[in-house]
Amino acid sequence: MLASVWFVLWGLLWAVYFMLGGFDLGLGIMQPLVARSEEDRRMIGQAMGPYWNGNEVWLIAAGGVTFAAFPTTYAVMFSGLYSALMLILFGLILRGIALEFRNQSHSGAWKSLWDACLVVGSFLPAFLLGVAFANIFQGLPIDQNGVFQGTLWTLLNPYGLLGGLLFLLLFMEHGTLWLAVKTTGPLHERAGQWAKGLWWALAATAVGFLVATWYATRLYANYIQNPMLFSVPIVLIPAVTVAALFGIRLFAGKNRWGRAWIASALTIVGATFFGVIGLYPNMLPSNLNPTYSLTVHNAASSPLTLKIMLVVAIIFVPLVIAYQSWAYKLFHRTVSEEDLAYEEAYGQDIAPPVSSNG
Amino acid sequence: MDALLLSRLQFAAATYFHFLFVPLTLGLSILIALMETRFARSGDEEYRNMARFWGKIFLINFAIGVVTGITLEFQFGTNWSRYSRYVGDVFGSLLAIEATAAFFLESTFIAVWALTWNRLSAKAHAVTIWLVAFASNLSAVWILTANAWMQHPVGYTLRGGRAELTDFFAVVTQPFAWHTIVHTLSGAYILSGMFVMGVSAYHLLRRQHVSFFSRSFRMGTVMALIFSVVAVVHGHVQGSEVAKAQPTKLAAMESLWETKQKAPQHLLVIPDEKGERNRLELGAMPGVLSLLAYHDVNATVRGLKDFPKEDRPPVTITFLAFRIMIGLGFLFPVLALWAFWKRNRLLESPRLLKVMLYAIPLPYIASQAGWTVTEVGRQPWVVYGVMRTADAVSPIAPSQVAVSLTAFVVVYSLLGLAAFYLMARHAKRGPAVEVAAS
Repeated sequence: MLASVWFVLWGLLWAVYFMLGGFDLGLGIMQPLVARSEEDRRMIGQAMGPYWNGNEVWLIAAGGVTFAAFPTTYAVMFSGLYSALMLILFGLILRGIALEFRNQSHSGAWKSLWDACLVVGSFLPAFLLGVAFANIFQGLPIDQNGVFQGTLWTLLNPYGLLGGLLFLLLFMEHGTLWLAVKTTGPLHERAGQWAKGLWWALAATAVGFLVATWYATRLYANYIQNPMLFSVPIVLIPAVTVAALFGIRLFAGKNRWGRAWIASALTIVGATFFGVIGLYPNMLPSNLNPTYSLTVHNAASSPLTLKIMLVVAIIFVPLVIAYQSWAYKLFHRTVSEEDLAYEEAYGQDIAPPVSSNG
Repeated sequence: MDALLLSRLQFAAATYFHFLFVPLTLGLSILIALMETRFARSGDEEYRNMARFWGKIFLINFAIGVVTGITLEFQFGTNWSRYSRYVGDVFGSLLAIEATAAFFLESTFIAVWALTWNRLSAKAHAVTIWLVAFASNLSAVWILTANAWMQHPVGYTLRGGRAELTDFFAVVTQPFAWHTIVHTLSGAYILSGMFVMGVSAYHLLRRQHVSFFSRSFRMGTVMALIFSVVAVVHGHVQGSEVAKAQPTKLAAMESLWETKQKAPQHLLVIPDEKGERNRLELGAMPGVLSLLAYHDVNATVRGLKDFPKEDRPPVTITFLAFRIMIGLGFLFPVLALWAFWKRNRLLESPRLLKVMLYAIPLPYIASQAGWTVTEVGRQPWVVYGVMRTADAVSPIAPSQVAVSLTAFVVVYSLLGLAAFYLMARHAKRGPAVEVAAS
């Protein structure tokens, strides 16, 4: 029971990371597509500057919880997906540093270097996290000792690549909507255009992914076989997800960008949950032999550790949500040229400052 | 080369690099918080300018610390999967608590702090940096508790082929952990204090921004003085803790081969690892090692030969690293005291300023040497007495690790250069022209 609670929390942490980290990853990828000038690029940097670091901690928490609550899953998942994870890590390093270092020099070459790092460093995690999760849904070649019998190329199968594409488009849409919320003027207009256009690619890929999921994974079969999973609250998840996906287009069409972003956030959380819950009780299904699969039961920590972690989570997660929401509210306003002027006036003495009349 | 050696090199490179940037954030955040508190109390704009100037250096270090920290957490899974599976029940929870209880706070408020200089009141802004300082240090406490458990595992039982937690309270309250925490944080504060003194000395030697950098210098001096004394006094206590908990590490630190009563301390020793002896031992002070380790001149100290060969750590590296750390550790209070003595006559003390400028790298060397003693001295164990490092490595292809190790070296070198360039440029340029900030 305790392990199952942690399974849901495990899925939730990844979902929250995809929802929050997703927009800054997506915006990093979109930067060269929507930005036309140095001013645009700086505004894009400012649109994620206050958030990326706090967002990334959700990934650290997701990794930490995998380690603490399901050590065996952590061991097999992270060592099995070695090369993919290393690429994700290097991507995250490059983009984090790009966001912090880019504006510290006026040199054009310096800026282009970090812009390139931002794009590549955002693309790699977005795409490879999708590849990784699609492969987990599909099953990994795990032998009886929990050793991954494959390479990076094993992951890059059609279904894995489709998962990568889906994540990429989800995050790009999510990031573009964020930019539309945070900006005004021509940059805002362009972001809105992109969001509307990208939506069709996203919707088509989502449909393709759901169809492919029927053939490539046991998710649907698991839902149907398992009466608990086929109950009303859980069937609501895909319903909400699909509704949210259409909601993005609906709100974007009405230029209600804040609502469109929330719909896109719901789509990401819902999609993650749909996949993760569909695995239950598996965490890492083996496609060599189902009995080699890692499950909620054979991969979990001791009841004592799970209990302690649950107490920690009950105390601290609401606190984290409270102060992060406060921080989001604090910066809840559009970035504008006024901020840039301010930054200019102050030289590059401190990380991008915000104007005084907020 | 096999996956084990490559993984060890990779983890070593990643941790050494990570810890080049972390200690400064631990101490500097506190100094900045003190500066902002003074500004909030006195309204003296100079303190605010100081906080902004040092704050930028803090942010550069913090950024590198964050991105290199994530790779450390994930490497337990990628390269040390058998370790993770074996001890995740105890060790994993400490890392997860660090993320939820400390790192979220730090990461959220650092952005708030960096971007609200003109939006929050002086008091509220000081609170944000205090939160950052508190959270960074709290984060260190959790990570060091996890490390201490690898050095001295407690509160667990071996069940079902793994270590399972039985007593969480024992894990977080064990003296070994608190000694590690006091020692490591002291080291970080010495480093931060001396960094501030060194950069300030650069400007004072040029007689520019004199008031600004004299104040900074004095704040750094007080921090370095207090904690260099703490480090020396407490280092002794910690040494006896190591003697009890990790006798092989102690023997390697001292290159002591034969078990001895009234074990001596030598002025000069050259270890001969192959010959299982010392090539040279000069200036024996009988009983001093026994006294330092067990508070008793007549105590018996176990030598390396008392342990099977396969249970001994590499001696030469541990021995040398320990000497470097101790030597510098004794130098720091002397330097700090000298600076404290001259604190009100800094401009008339160019020699002091020059020494402090060139002393900037020393605490860095000391802290890297200290970690070398801790980690190399723990070998051949990953969890002392419980799990060998060789049994901890992931079942992965060496080629994968060779590629990632190469990538680490290349990317980290470039990052290090970029960070060093930015810090040096900012430090040399000094505070921005004193614009009234409001």
